[in-house]
Amino acid sequence: MITSRLLDLPLLRRSDALRTFSIAAWLGWQIESNWADPLLFAVYAIARPVASVLILVVMYSVITEGATQEPIFAYIYLGNALYILVSQVITGTSWAVIDDREHYRTMKQLHTSPMDGYAYLMGRGVARLIIGTISVLIVVGVGLIAFDLPLYPLTINWGLFLLSTVLGILSLAAIGIMLGGATMMMARHFWSVGEAVAGSLYLFTGAIFPLDVLPAWIRPLGFVFPVTYWLELARRALLGDNVPRFETLAAFSNGQLLGILVLFTIGLLGLSILFYRWALHQAKERGMIDLETNY
Amino acid sequence: MRDDAAIVVQDVNRIYKVRGPKRRSDPQEVTALADVNLDVKRGELFGLLGPNGAGKTTLIKILATLLLPSSGTALVDGFDVVKEQKAIRRRISMVSGGETSGYGLLTVEENLWMFARLYGLDNKTAKERIDSMLKLMGLADRRRTKIADLSTGLRQKMNFIRGFISDPSVVFLDEPTLGLDVGAARDVRAFVEEWMDDRPDRTMVLTTHYMAEADELCDRIAIIDRGRIIACDTPENLKRSLKEETVFHLKVAPLGKRPEANEHRIEAVHGVRRVSTTEVNGHTEVTLILETEEALAGVIGHLEARGSNLLSLEKQEPSLEDVFVRMVGRSLSVDTSQRDE
Ligand SMILES: Nc1ncnc2c1ncn2[C@@H]1O[C@H](COP(=O)(O)OP(=O)(O)O)[C@@H](O)[C@H]1O
Ligand SMILES: [Mg+2]
Repeated sequence: MITSRLLDLPLLRRSDALRTFSIAAWLGWQIESNWADPLLFAVYAIARPVASVLILVVMYSVITEGATQEPIFAYIYLGNALYILVSQVITGTSWAVIDDREHYRTMKQLHTSPMDGYAYLMGRGVARLIIGTISVLIVVGVGLIAFDLPLYPLTINWGLFLLSTVLGILSLAAIGIMLGGATMMMARHFWSVGEAVAGSLYLFTGAIFPLDVLPAWIRPLGFVFPVTYWLELARRALLGDNVPRFETLAAFSNGQLLGILVLFTIGLLGLSILFYRWALHQAKERGMIDLETNY
Repeated sequence: MRDDAAIVVQDVNRIYKVRGPKRRSDPQEVTALADVNLDVKRGELFGLLGPNGAGKTTLIKILATLLLPSSGTALVDGFDVVKEQKAIRRRISMVSGGETSGYGLLTVEENLWMFARLYGLDNKTAKERIDSMLKLMGLADRRRTKIADLSTGLRQKMNFIRGFISDPSVVFLDEPTLGLDVGAARDVRAFVEEWMDDRPDRTMVLTTHYMAEADELCDRIAIIDRGRIIACDTPENLKRSLKEETVFHLKVAPLGKRPEANEHRIEAVHGVRRVSTTEVNGHTEVTLILETEEALAGVIGHLEARGSNLLSLEKQEPSLEDVFVRMVGRSLSVDTSQRDE
């Protein structure tokens, strides 16, 4: 096993967090890629995301009477493509708690071992991140071929794109881990709490329409989530001069937005670490760590 | 780290708050542990013996850092179960009997390997231990079988192995033979004994409600009932405490309902210290603890007066079960869990 050798690096042996992260990522991949039927995988990772973007394209075309050459089309299309990562990363990390507790019933075994619980959830999110990334690439590919998206490798600001995307993903993982922590303290759970949060962020973070469209009193919601800044930066990086500038964020330079994104991501990560610790403590106080909902 | 004490439990209480189906009603409190004090020495195989609902699992969970005590302190290997959980988790493992969980899509080998890695074992050591333990437990030919395809008995065995892969310095076994067939249970007990014999500095805490298992395996036993430790000693000493008394096991024709009035019960017969009765298909089994043998005649007279009669009678060396009956006036097999009340 090559993977088993990779996971045996001395660094990983010394650091609980890195070791746990890598093992959890391995485990997550075993679970997520365990598609007995490759067709199912194709539907899940390819057909579903492409279909949902196509629905949007149809709606857009009906409203604008086919103006897919307008800069706003690329803006919306890419926002939606990247948004696939939002629900994948949030559900990937938060779902692991429900999965281990209700399905595999391994909470007891995991939480009596010297693993790092926070790093574990991060790691469990990796598999869905990979699948999400594949979906994004395919959706963007479809956009290039079918709708002539104005993406030109030489003019894309790759550094800005990658950096902001990494930050965006980290902040999504932090949100997912907080949801996971909250799940640990609840006897009941909402099976789709990750999806629900991802769904509501969709409206407030400029994925589909710019924040300007929202009533002024709701806009602050969008400003709170790092996702907003990531989506804006990623689209600026990808589209360069072609990006439409909407009033709410137009006044900010790339550097300013990046600064905000860095600060917010660090803040959210810190908050999620504290919250996770608190939630774990609560769960142990209430005797809920290994609880099964049908108790 | 203390040299001699592997586990120290001081004044530990644990209260569960249980909410009824009605959301608004105040939570009910269930006292699972009350003022528990214990010391387990390094190298000891220590037993927690008590009926269902006594609080055994609760105590083990607290020591294994899965549950916080409501009050009191507990140390494992010198580390505090509230403040130094990580240090404890490096040194312990826990296996629950009847535990058939695991990642069904991983093979036996992968599952064990994963947990070995979580404990920080390097690949080589992990592989060696997995190999030897699979052989020892008769699972070697299933190493590449997915967990989902194992029978529950084999899954339980695999989980048992998982508990020993990291060579823990303190092992918690919660009813390790629960639900196993006779042969598998024997394998588990043999393994436990051998493992402890080979490693004089390792400590094990085992809970059970099978008194024979506790008697056979444990160096010392704490008898626990309704959250309280009511006795703690070696099996020999516990049984010796009954030496001045006489223990009889009777089989009698069905006794029917326990009489309402105290003076009509067997306990009222002169010279009877304790009685426990259990209905077994078609007859009643009675454990009698008498001050002297002479009291037996009175009991037989009493039974006849109640329309029952003696089917068989045995005078026995006291067992731990008898010790329990003597102390709480109830058989070990009575479920005292408050869950369903
Ligand atoms: N999570 C829980 N919530 C509420 N009550 C519980 C919980 N776990 C155990 N109890 C109660 O605590 C008592 C002790 O249970 P337990 O420690 O499981 O006993 P044992 O392991 O000796 O059978 C029982 O009355 C049981 O109903
Ligand atoms: Mg129990």
